[in-house]
Amino acid sequence: MSAKTLDEVSVGTPVIIERVGGDHAFRRRLLELGLLPGTRIEVLRVAPLGDPLELLSRGTRLSIRRREASTITVQPLEGGS
Amino acid sequence: MTQAVFGEERPSFAQVRVSDAAAAHTVVLMGNPNVGKTTLFNALTGDSARVGNYPGITVERRAGQWRLPTGDVELIDVPGAYSLCARSPEEQVALEAVLGHGDNPRPSLALVLVDAGQLTRNLYLALQLVEFQVPIVLVVTMLDEVADRPPLPASIGAIFGVPCVGVHAHRKLGLAELGEVVSQQLGKTRVGDARLNYSGALITDIDRVASALPTRWRRNVEHDRALAAWALLSFDPQDELQAPPDLRARCEEVRADAEKASRDIDLELIGPRYAFLEKHVPSVYEQPAPAEVVVSWTERIDKVLLHPGLGFSAFLLVMLAIFQSLFWLADPAISLIETLVTKAQGLAEQQLPEGLLGDLVVQGVLGGVGNVVVFLPQILILFFLIGVLEDSGYMARVAYLMDRALRGVGLQGKAFVPMLGGLACAVPAILATRTMERRRDRLLTMMVVPLMSCSARLPVYALLVGALFPPTGVFGGLPVQGLLMVGMYMFSTLTTLCAAWVLGRTVIRGRHIPLLLELPRYRLPSLGNTARMMWQRAKEFVTEAGTVILAFTIVMWVLLSFPKLETPLPISGDANGPVTELQAASVRVSQAPSPIEHTYGGQIGHALAPVMAPLGFDWKLTVGIIGAFSAREVFVSTLGLVFGIEDAEAEEAKPLRDRMRAETRPDGSPAYPPLVAFSLMIFFALACQCMSTLAVVHRETRSWRWPALLFVYMTTLAYLASLTVFQVGRWLGFAG
Repeated sequence: MSAKTLDEVSVGTPVIIERVGGDHAFRRRLLELGLLPGTRIEVLRVAPLGDPLELLSRGTRLSIRRREASTITVQPLEGGS
Repeated sequence: MTQAVFGEERPSFAQVRVSDAAAAHTVVLMGNPNVGKTTLFNALTGDSARVGNYPGITVERRAGQWRLPTGDVELIDVPGAYSLCARSPEEQVALEAVLGHGDNPRPSLALVLVDAGQLTRNLYLALQLVEFQVPIVLVVTMLDEVADRPPLPASIGAIFGVPCVGVHAHRKLGLAELGEVVSQQLGKTRVGDARLNYSGALITDIDRVASALPTRWRRNVEHDRALAAWALLSFDPQDELQAPPDLRARCEEVRADAEKASRDIDLELIGPRYAFLEKHVPSVYEQPAPAEVVVSWTERIDKVLLHPGLGFSAFLLVMLAIFQSLFWLADPAISLIETLVTKAQGLAEQQLPEGLLGDLVVQGVLGGVGNVVVFLPQILILFFLIGVLEDSGYMARVAYLMDRALRGVGLQGKAFVPMLGGLACAVPAILATRTMERRRDRLLTMMVVPLMSCSARLPVYALLVGALFPPTGVFGGLPVQGLLMVGMYMFSTLTTLCAAWVLGRTVIRGRHIPLLLELPRYRLPSLGNTARMMWQRAKEFVTEAGTVILAFTIVMWVLLSFPKLETPLPISGDANGPVTELQAASVRVSQAPSPIEHTYGGQIGHALAPVMAPLGFDWKLTVGIIGAFSAREVFVSTLGLVFGIEDAEAEEAKPLRDRMRAETRPDGSPAYPPLVAFSLMIFFALACQCMSTLAVVHRETRSWRWPALLFVYMTTLAYLASLTVFQVGRWLGFAG
């Protein structure tokens, strides 16, 4: 039930974006790529050196670092835990 | 296939221009990255493409003639972008090109490419243009990738009420239709339409900002509002945009007010745009969305290529292949070029009258042309490989895989490829920094790549290690000579990373920009695009950096050949016995006409000797170092001249090695003990002994400031490091 940040989500579990935070320009870019509150997103995998993350949302694969992923709050997909 | 559906006709100032039938129309080509924009641009403009630069910034501006039934139009390829919003001048190019700000011609039409597999995100850019009242024609690409559920181009166009054409640029499908549609649209005043649900409060904010727009940027209410929205999204205290202070201040004011009211302006602007697209995009498909998502090819490939273990091995293999091809494929070509240049010099020598002019042509001009052409094999090979990496989608994976490793020193993941290229040669490696979008990343990489141990350092190391270290020497059970060579590579890589760390925190500081990388679908690389890029890069290098290298070569020739002695001294050294005509000619070619000690270069060497003495270098080595500014490997032949040995490079430089070993000081001790050789190797590892590197940094940064900084910092570093090595070595009791 509780909100997590995107860097805490386990790989392969789709979640729903609740809030995008962080630096203004970066946040604007994420929003413009369609990572809006309410959008489904999934952490596809973690790079071999532990960072960055590979995300899948709206059919687009994006890579951001853990540090920025920690500014994105997400909710579980179906309201379950 | 396409049926244009038009929205209401609206007058727009963009079209209120003096109707002039002869005036060529300008059409801009826009789209997200990885939508096949380059392929379409090449297909439409053929061989007429010209590459230039936007004024003041190093963003490529490509333009070409597009032959339409109604006459030629000027087609401008705008750098790929997900949005018109910007935070740097490089990104602002898109807005300026499409609105015709600054020196840009005002376009009659924008072609917006959209990836059929990523419609919503791609149409976001088109929607911004519609808001700006720019007439657009949509072009759908990558339809073959969604063949199981293709969208209808006509329906996509209907979202905004603009024409839309599906194309397959590789197979030249849909291009004629696109030409016809664009011909019909040129000069019309119709623009697209999109009703966005902006809140009342937001519209008030937008109007407040719009009223602060400078007069020269105003056109009509809708356009001004779009520009105000752009400013609200783009400006923040940290952006690097040049903006009128009033406009910037108004944006900050509006943002501050909104924050006080707990409103989120970014979301209020972007949210309704996506809501609009999400409402309309489903209507472009005839089939319903499949319930089950099929695992894509890209996902299957990534399962291997981005796998923690396998992926890294694959990455190392790819990089090793790049590295090896830079040597194996380039070496024969480089040898051939060198042979041809020497032959041409020999021929010219025979044809031209003896004297100053002949020498200038042979040594200066032909030598200089050779110095330029010799880089082409590696440039062509590296750009072929980069083209394949970029087109296939693997380059983004390189950035993904290496981000963690390189960001610690302030470099981004894509810097790995130029750094690797730097092990072959800094010149193609510096050109390869173009793969990075951000000027700061490019600059930082460019300024450290020359520290990588390039192949031109090898002949110098080989000479010194071979001549001055005992071949039987063993250290820790391993041969000293081999250890030294490996050690030099490790040393250079380490200094490159350290230099990046330091420069990134001092001279080339930039705000921390979070990584945001798209990993595009894998696609087969286009050989046509790659060949065109290779040709383009080679041409630019020859015409721009090449002229500087040629000029440097002539200066170096003057330094090392003048003033001439009245009576040439007999050829000294090992040239005993009868000198055949052929040998004499080759001597004239390979050797400066007068003994080098008396030249300006020799004089400088003598003058600098006291400065270099604390490093362990005598005047002879110093002259060698001066000569090596042409290119590091020239050190060997310059030293040969100093010691009066022709053909110093032949037979593994054996005569020169023997001479260096035998050289003694007045007191009888060896002039070049291992400590001096080691100090010299450190000097060569660090010093910017390469005029071509400076020429190409000048070309890429369009300034002399950066090459000057590069030269000063590397040479200072080299001096201090060699000084430390030599002095500490002597203090430790090594013979110096």
